[in-house]
Amino acid sequence: MGLKTFKGGVHPYDGKELSKEKPIKDILPQGEMVFPLSQHIGAPAVACVNVGDMVLRGQKIADAGGFVSAPIFSSVSGTVKAIEPRRVATGDMVNSIIIVNDGKFIETGFEKCDDYTALTSDEIIKKIQDAGIVGMGGAGFPTHVKLSPNNPEKIEYIIANCAECEPYLTSDYRSMVEEPEKLITGMKIILSLFPNAKGLLGIEDNKNDVIKSLTELTAKEPRIEVVPLMTKYPQGGERQLIKACTGREINSKMLPADAGCIVDNVATINAIYTAVVEGKPVIDRIFTLTGDAVMEPRNYRICIGMSCKEILEAAGGFIREPAKIISGGPMMGFAVMDCDIPTTKTSGALLCLSEDEVSKFETTACINCGRCVEACPENLIPSRLSKFSDHGDKEQFESWYGLECIECGSCSYACPARKPLAQSIKTMKKMVLADKRKK
Amino acid sequence: MSNLLKVSSSPHVRAKDDTSRIMLYVIIALMPTTLFGIFNFGLRALLLVAVCIITCVLSEFLFEKAVGKKSTIKDLSAVVTGLLLALNLPHTLPVWQAVLGSVFAIVVVKMLFGGLGQNFMNPALGGRVFLLISFAATMTNFEYDGVASATPLALLKNGEAVNTLDMLIGRCGGTIGETSAICILIGAIILILLGVIDLTIPGVYILSFAIFIILFGGHGFDATFLVAHLCGGGLMLGAFFMATDYVTSPITPMGKIIFGICLGVLTGVFRIFGNSAEGVSYAIIFSNLLVPLIEKVTVPRAFGVVRPKKVKEVKSNE
Repeated sequence: MGLKTFKGGVHPYDGKELSKEKPIKDILPQGEMVFPLSQHIGAPAVACVNVGDMVLRGQKIADAGGFVSAPIFSSVSGTVKAIEPRRVATGDMVNSIIIVNDGKFIETGFEKCDDYTALTSDEIIKKIQDAGIVGMGGAGFPTHVKLSPNNPEKIEYIIANCAECEPYLTSDYRSMVEEPEKLITGMKIILSLFPNAKGLLGIEDNKNDVIKSLTELTAKEPRIEVVPLMTKYPQGGERQLIKACTGREINSKMLPADAGCIVDNVATINAIYTAVVEGKPVIDRIFTLTGDAVMEPRNYRICIGMSCKEILEAAGGFIREPAKIISGGPMMGFAVMDCDIPTTKTSGALLCLSEDEVSKFETTACINCGRCVEACPENLIPSRLSKFSDHGDKEQFESWYGLECIECGSCSYACPARKPLAQSIKTMKKMVLADKRKK
Repeated sequence: MSNLLKVSSSPHVRAKDDTSRIMLYVIIALMPTTLFGIFNFGLRALLLVAVCIITCVLSEFLFEKAVGKKSTIKDLSAVVTGLLLALNLPHTLPVWQAVLGSVFAIVVVKMLFGGLGQNFMNPALGGRVFLLISFAATMTNFEYDGVASATPLALLKNGEAVNTLDMLIGRCGGTIGETSAICILIGAIILILLGVIDLTIPGVYILSFAIFIILFGGHGFDATFLVAHLCGGGLMLGAFFMATDYVTSPITPMGKIIFGICLGVLTGVFRIFGNSAEGVSYAIIFSNLLVPLIEKVTVPRAFGVVRPKKVKEVKSNE
């Protein structure tokens, strides 16, 4: 077949049919908006508005807290009500700016750019930085940092992560169907920063229609190529995607740039287009609301800062009693105890399931079957790592490469003894890394 | 607070196969050879199969009751042990000996070491070897069609001729489940298609054993001799159903290959240079003992990690 992929991985039920056919629908927020100051990797942003201030849609409300950080913008017009800790999807309390939406959506006015080719590299990176763009696939790493490697001429591949390997999620798919020109132009903008790079669009073959349409659209772009990938989780994992697209391997201590690659996902590249061409900061995003418990599973264009609860209500609420609500996809998302949490730049989905598979099953003894080994995309022995974790054996954990775990959850998924392998490995990883930082 | 939702660490979905389903697949895959054994050796074989399964499940249940542990008989692993043990017995074995072997397999080999997943050797083979040592006469008393007869391997050992076609089909003396290579292969195909086992261990085992026979068997490349050795005795049953036991085989991909070679060589040594015509049971339980060592030296290189040796060299140079 010649489809590119990596070794390992699993094939969970993908649930994409729930939401993939319906066009993206706009939802305008009515209620209170919450903007956590830490919605990216790096230093938290610093509020630059005060309680009582009037703000406009698109106005900066928090400055970047350093180079590895990103500013935050209001997605509505209204009044700053408070700056206080609020609960976010991960369960943490994070200092947030609360804005009362006046419902008028008065914008600051965005400065359009008709010809991005006239911009210098520094100007483009400045625009990306000033728009507050971070990895919108979930990681939240500030994009301007990623696009400023030490040797730009040594970057050989810009890889667009169009895999969308998480089950149930279809936001990248819908945006590739509805606005492919954003992705392509966004890619061209990134390519203009790296003279020796080739643009690769890595797409799983469960999106054959997109593979076809993007191949046609990029036929006249000599620097852009569509790479069909095998449908397998975690095909969109950064290291797995690089391996599939280029054959190169990186480990936990390397950056993609060390292998001459930069990886950005679809939503991030679209945001780059929006920032550079339309002059608009990160205030909207495409959001998949799905699962068998919701009335209308589909993709919505939401204003960042909206509460998940409000999105749910606007979409018709529940059709069944939800047993579990997950911010993100079923493999790596966070289960939330309440859906009154704000959406951030990295929130791609809310998955509401009427049945919780995990609490249904009982954990039994490990029978050493090796399914976790087959599933692990990092070539690890998860069952053993989990044992080292249970015994608190940090030394063995490290020597069996425990720190290479990418936390994709494939091992827990595959385990016939229903052991929470990924959970114990993640816990141990955190402890070992914390020790290292102390030293 | 009761209206808060359940939370747990990701992932939030699980694959369909669980332990008891895997055990059920193994039982299904053992059906062709079990049924053939009953057809071949009569109702006495059925009696032994029933006795072994019931004794195994009952001893696991009673042991767990006695030590106050939660019952695990639902996982069907004791059924698999009982069935495999029965398939490794001659149909003429006295019932009380079969009961004793089953109790030994479950209580001593499995439960005393911590139950499922903790035993260091295959319980069914542990039970068989226990019986073989304790009751050598009844354990090697093979009858076929009501007449006491030597097994094909014993004939081979004495330099007599064997009928390889009968051996493929299974119309010859031996234990209940080992005689028909064809039925065992059907079961093996079922296991492979259901994703329960992969070919690594049985493949390497059979291949390395075949090479050993060609090199040291004293017959060179003699197809009849080779086929007789491959289909004779417990090799097929052992290679596909007992060497592949998850608990007692290495989990590392490289380890599986080394394990297979150990099995092949040991079986060859026991059969060609040993006193007994058989060797599979001993080869498997000896290799089971090597598993922790094999795993220790075959930790696979993690994705993207440079070979550790090179890293060490660089460090020592600094």
